[in-house]
Amino acid sequence: MSLSSLAQQIHLWLLGHMSEQWTLVLEMIIAGILVISFFAVLGLVLVYMERKVSAWMQIRLGPNRVGPKGLLQSFADTLKLLIKEGLTPDGADKFLFNIAPIGAIMVSMLLMAPIPFAKDFQMWDINIGVLYVSAVSSLSVISILVAGWSSNNKYSLLGAMRSGAQIVSYELSAGMAIMTIVILSGSLSLTEIIQSQQNGWWLFKGHVPVIIAFVIYIIAVTAETNRAPFDMAEAESELTAGFHTEYSGMKFALFFLAEYVNVFIVCAIGAILFLGGWMPLHIGEWTAFNHIMDYIPSSIWFMGKTFGLIFLIMWFRWTFPRLRVDQLLKLEWNYLLPISMINVVLVTALAILGWYFK
Amino acid sequence: MSATQILFWFLSALAIVSALSVVISKNPVYSVLSLIITFFAVSGHYILLNAQFIGIVNLIVYAGAIMVLFLFVIMLMNLNQDNEPQKNKWLKMAGVVSGGCLMLVFVAAFKTSEVNGKIAQTIDGNIGLTETLGKALFNEYVVPFEISSILFLSAMVGAVVIGKKGD
Repeated sequence: MSLSSLAQQIHLWLLGHMSEQWTLVLEMIIAGILVISFFAVLGLVLVYMERKVSAWMQIRLGPNRVGPKGLLQSFADTLKLLIKEGLTPDGADKFLFNIAPIGAIMVSMLLMAPIPFAKDFQMWDINIGVLYVSAVSSLSVISILVAGWSSNNKYSLLGAMRSGAQIVSYELSAGMAIMTIVILSGSLSLTEIIQSQQNGWWLFKGHVPVIIAFVIYIIAVTAETNRAPFDMAEAESELTAGFHTEYSGMKFALFFLAEYVNVFIVCAIGAILFLGGWMPLHIGEWTAFNHIMDYIPSSIWFMGKTFGLIFLIMWFRWTFPRLRVDQLLKLEWNYLLPISMINVVLVTALAILGWYFK
Repeated sequence: MSATQILFWFLSALAIVSALSVVISKNPVYSVLSLIITFFAVSGHYILLNAQFIGIVNLIVYAGAIMVLFLFVIMLMNLNQDNEPQKNKWLKMAGVVSGGCLMLVFVAAFKTSEVNGKIAQTIDGNIGLTETLGKALFNEYVVPFEISSILFLSAMVGAVVIGKKGD
């Protein structure tokens, strides 16, 4: 029983019981509820994972008191954040201050739409999925800027400005890295990009240029999601908490959740572009191995690859020291951008000459 | 009313209201944010016309890049209602009158134009798809396209030159 057949059965059952319009409305509601509950679960899982990973890296135990192995720790934290008072500072711009966290979470929700979670299991199969993702993810900076400005606090404004400069510049090399795969697969649709990797993932098929693109993509999205070593926007030792210094309670939790969901989404896009999304791992003509791999459900492949990349990004956070602002901008404009520009030209030559593995 | 029509009227109302609030709101930050909402509504219209590529590019270029820079500059300058110079009352009146004249001309022009007779193709029109657009840009309009790219390049070089002046 796969996820797509389950969705199909629900669709047919609803069609059998009511008119087409109501089916559409009900399916939208179901999708909305699923996305919201997925958000909640994702937040809990990723916070727990981050704390355990960091503890493991630093030879500590991590959360271990609430529930078995500390599994309920994130629940306890969420409950605490829910019942805390959501304070609005006196000097803040009240309307923008309260709407900024909602904007941040809305952008993350919009990004969920084109992601194929399993074979044929996707909310909106838009034919320009890749462009849609890069367009919508570039909007996340607006809510960060608004949050920093409306707090009426120097730390917040500085954090927001840093974050703005960082996201706008790193978007370029992330876009270039995405473009290499678009050139190779000849399509902007996420479904077709995955289909093009049936006989091997682009990371393996595309020689060195795709590996360079993958490395650049991972660096750029780490910066875009404001995570260490690029967490200039909320550098605790310099800016208290950056753009969300003044936020408390549920509004803070929404920013926190949006950050983790964005990490999930960029890793999911990375898995789709470079690691074949829900495509199982196949090794050439080794039929026995390929058949065993086919038995693993596509949703598990997708989640496995995505969480592998999330682990990589968490690993960065606990390994590298934070960059300075000038180093950060120098890395992008002096190194990553020229390299990725040359890389795009290389990949174009590769695609035209057909030198990648087919 | 079909779903497309409901969406069309909703997006149109949103576009007009937010465009008005760009002009009306006293705080420049609110103006920029309203402009972003206007771009969203216009992108929605593009997507209703099945021109998804243009809609998304509109979002990337305007809402994602240009408006972020606008926000950046306005927030750093920290313009407030108090220290913003208030325009003369007569100047405001003159602005309203000339704007109204422009609208009158537009209405008169569009009343007799051919736009009336054409119904926009929604859902199955393919004029805005990436492939159609790319073929049109690189076959029929390749010279203007390249010339405009040179224009952008010169603008970028100019920005670098101005930025380097201090050193």
